[in-house]
Amino acid sequence: MTVEESNKNSGENSAKSERLEVLKTYKMYIDGKFPRTESARYYQPVVNGSSLGNVCLASRKDVRNAVVAARSAQAGWSRRTAYNRAQILYRIAEMLEGRSQQFSEELVRQGLDVETAEIHVSQSIDRLIYYAGWCDKYQQVFSAVNPVASSHFNFSTLEPVGVVFTVASRDCPLLGLVSLIAPVIASGNTCVVLASEKCPLSAVTFAEVLATSDVPGGVVNILTGRIKELTEHFSRHLDVNAIACDGLEPGLNTEIKEFASENIKRVKIYHQDWSTEATANPYLIQDFCEVKTTWHPIEQISESGAAY
Amino acid sequence: MTQKNKHWNLSPAPESTGHISLKERYGVFIDGEFRMPDHGNVFSSVNPSTGEVLAEITESSSAEVDQAVAAARAAFTGEWSKMGGGERGKYLYRLARLLQEKSREFAVIESLDGGKPIRESRDVDVPLAAAHLFYYAGWADKLSYAFPNRSPRPLGVAGQIIPWNFPLLMAAWKIAPALATGNTVVLKPAETTSLTALKLAELIQEAGFPPGVVNVVTGHGNVGAAIVNHNDVDKVAFTGSTEVGKMIQKAIAGTNKRCTLELGGKAANIVFDDAAIDQAVEGIVNGIYFNQGHVCCAGSRLFVQESIHDELIEKLKHRMGTLIVGDPMDKNTDVGAINSQEQLATIEQYIEVGKQEGAEFYQPDCELPQVGFWCRPTLFTDVAQSNRRAQEDIFGPVLAVQTFRTVAEVIQKANNTPYGLSAGVWTDKGSKIFNMTSQMKAGVVWANTYNLFDPTSPFGGFKESGFGREGGLHGLSAYLEI
Repeated sequence: MTVEESNKNSGENSAKSERLEVLKTYKMYIDGKFPRTESARYYQPVVNGSSLGNVCLASRKDVRNAVVAARSAQAGWSRRTAYNRAQILYRIAEMLEGRSQQFSEELVRQGLDVETAEIHVSQSIDRLIYYAGWCDKYQQVFSAVNPVASSHFNFSTLEPVGVVFTVASRDCPLLGLVSLIAPVIASGNTCVVLASEKCPLSAVTFAEVLATSDVPGGVVNILTGRIKELTEHFSRHLDVNAIACDGLEPGLNTEIKEFASENIKRVKIYHQDWSTEATANPYLIQDFCEVKTTWHPIEQISESGAAY
Repeated sequence: MTQKNKHWNLSPAPESTGHISLKERYGVFIDGEFRMPDHGNVFSSVNPSTGEVLAEITESSSAEVDQAVAAARAAFTGEWSKMGGGERGKYLYRLARLLQEKSREFAVIESLDGGKPIRESRDVDVPLAAAHLFYYAGWADKLSYAFPNRSPRPLGVAGQIIPWNFPLLMAAWKIAPALATGNTVVLKPAETTSLTALKLAELIQEAGFPPGVVNVVTGHGNVGAAIVNHNDVDKVAFTGSTEVGKMIQKAIAGTNKRCTLELGGKAANIVFDDAAIDQAVEGIVNGIYFNQGHVCCAGSRLFVQESIHDELIEKLKHRMGTLIVGDPMDKNTDVGAINSQEQLATIEQYIEVGKQEGAEFYQPDCELPQVGFWCRPTLFTDVAQSNRRAQEDIFGPVLAVQTFRTVAEVIQKANNTPYGLSAGVWTDKGSKIFNMTSQMKAGVVWANTYNLFDPTSPFGGFKESGFGREGGLHGLSAYLEI
């Protein structure tokens, strides 16, 4: 409750408070831990004239550390069973539900009106459950057994693309964030998320939810900082396989796509109102998957069509 | 041209060339007709096995690219997009049938122009091209079944740039899904192998396609660049080198153009000690010496489990000795001509580097024809992971052999490349196959087989081998707004 009270009261020096409120330090989330930026820099996002606090200003080195964490976690996460990933996504929703009031209040601090904030928190929880359900189903929708014209068994399945750098929505700090993280990790990708530069608080608090939801460390890593400073560093990083950008200005998208070409990263650009239900769909999972096709001969003993 | 081989003494079995029809000079195919440009800027398409000039090809100007894109746009906004999917499909079926009817002529021209053995163009390239057209024809009126809960729409004008290793097949891979989904096309074949794309344009004319649905412009890289950078192109589809793929991705970064890239590869072909070795040897040979190794998914890195290395390499050398290198028009030929002088120089340079890097080098002592561009099947054993021929896409008949002991080791080595197009694994143990196929970072994995293709089977890469798939249901989305 202390945290919630502090959130409620911050920005308006409460004279009524008998005790000194405990302010929250907003740190980043890398490899399941909550470090400050290695650069020891900070910035103060301001919403409606009041500061949201001292937020970590991530450096190039932080990006690199987070990518290392994401890469290290990727094989293990993708080898989890789909059922297990589904349960963990569901667990995130459970943890979020339990802290919904905190998230609502934090969204209000970041400029949303109370009603919208509450709707966004509910939708974020429901979205996690929606994608939890997809974890062990999208494969059946998007895979194929291919009827090749030879004596072979041939099938195509989806595999996670690997490490996805995600630039979260600027104006939709919780719902936009959750709406991209969930489909990205549902298939076994790991990600590094750059939180909204303007409204980073929900992302940091969401990291606390992740940390208590059985999500292995490194599967989701959350950085706070300035998009323009970090663009080149994540877009050119050779161990990033894909980039998801939400609502960036066109010039920045172009810059990201140009740098991304250096190792043929897949870049997906989104501009959507995440509160629209239709924005939640399994095609978003497919956006961060590769199709793998496997061939194997089928023996045909009595025929001449040797298949090797 | 006589074939000499110490294992087999086969009489020459040349395919005749008298039945084909080639013009002395080809214009560009725009808006349903061949146009002879007034600029007179042409280049020769040369038979790489004889050096003989087959035809003069137009070096398209930017004005011709403009005209081609305008014709494609007019066709897209006009008749083609208003036509029902069923009718669209029937045009493609017609084209597939015409290609089957003229398959012999196409196979011969393909081998003359590109240097590949007639056995391959006859049995692989042409029938597969027809099969692709036939397969996608049937999708044209069934698209809503492919994408649950979606109403897919075509993108518009697709600019398609294809390579010289499977000229007709790549044209079919590109055109078939684009047209089935209701797009129109500007196609550019590679400069050394334009003929079958131009012959395909003749078939498109013969099939009665509405003008402008498919346009073919010929020329070098700058023509491709003009297509990529054209403002009125909605989609770029490219098959070729990773280097050019990166340039294309960068060039269109500031646009909303959709893009698919099918780029280079450095596939690992992995043989375990419990594999059927004779079959594995066939697969290795097919994997690297098929089409002179001019195959992006060629199994150019062979990983052999240490305990069977010596036995396997001995069998492989023996099998290499039976390969017939020479006249592509001879039906006995296994390895034809290298596609161009330039490519031969590249391969020879890699072989020199390989020797300098200090691996054991082997080529069978087969006789090579006096004229034309040739390279013997080549084997490097004792290769180090850091060697250039273990890292770079040589695009020639050069195999680099490494050994391994454990599954973990070979997966690590196999995946340790920027590429991820294809992979092969040979073992008789089912659970090992699935462990390997699921861990290898590659878009196509052949288990106990290699280098097979089918129109129903999606093809395309992970990582720097590109993105998007060609073939199968998954090949549709590259040409649709989902």
